[in-house]
Amino acid sequence: MRRRSFLTGFLLAVGSAIAAVLFRRRAARSKERVELYFADGTIVSLAEGAPGAERLLQHARELLGAAR
Amino acid sequence: MATAEALRDLTEISTQIETAVVLDREGTVVASTVDDERAGRLAQSALELLRAAEEHRPEEGLELVQLDVALRGGSVFVVSDRDRVIAATTREEPTVGLVFYDLKSCLRGLGEESAPKPKPKPKPRPRAPRKKKADETA
Repeated sequence: MRRRSFLTGFLLAVGSAIAAVLFRRRAARSKERVELYFADGTIVSLAEGAPGAERLLQHARELLGAAR
Repeated sequence: MATAEALRDLTEISTQIETAVVLDREGTVVASTVDDERAGRLAQSALELLRAAEEHRPEEGLELVQLDVALRGGSVFVVSDRDRVIAATTREEPTVGLVFYDLKSCLRGLGEESAPKPKPKPKPRPRAPRKKKADETA
């Protein structure tokens, strides 16, 4: 009986952890972002809400809108 | 190979790319996969995006070579070299590395096409037969 409840608790904990990871990944994916790559290998990543990101996102939305 | 043909090849090879436009640094459309009106709007937006992105350079004079923007509903890619820019749109969540590779290959191909071909080396002139000296004939 005790062993069974331990197993249930363990499975519940693992399941919750996996669900949390999947939820975070999904949330991160649905966020709009800009990535800039420079000649020396520097990458500048600007997520939605970061200073300066909105202007770039707006231009990109216009571009995507013009394409469709 | 014409620029338009190169773009057609690009959209055939990369199924993720929906539209693409090649422009110069002044925003003039060189070739595109869409009609002229849409191509003009695409080029204008791409140039504005590129110029706005260049303001985010971490050091003065550092060149921005490529960018990607992930949006809800699709992604936007811009790759630039010295005098040409290629902008493309894709569906949502594309394979970023693969799209960049295809765009850079296309741009490189166009660059090679427009570069002047090296002049062929002049053929060596056949040697004139050696004149015999007067004492050799004697």
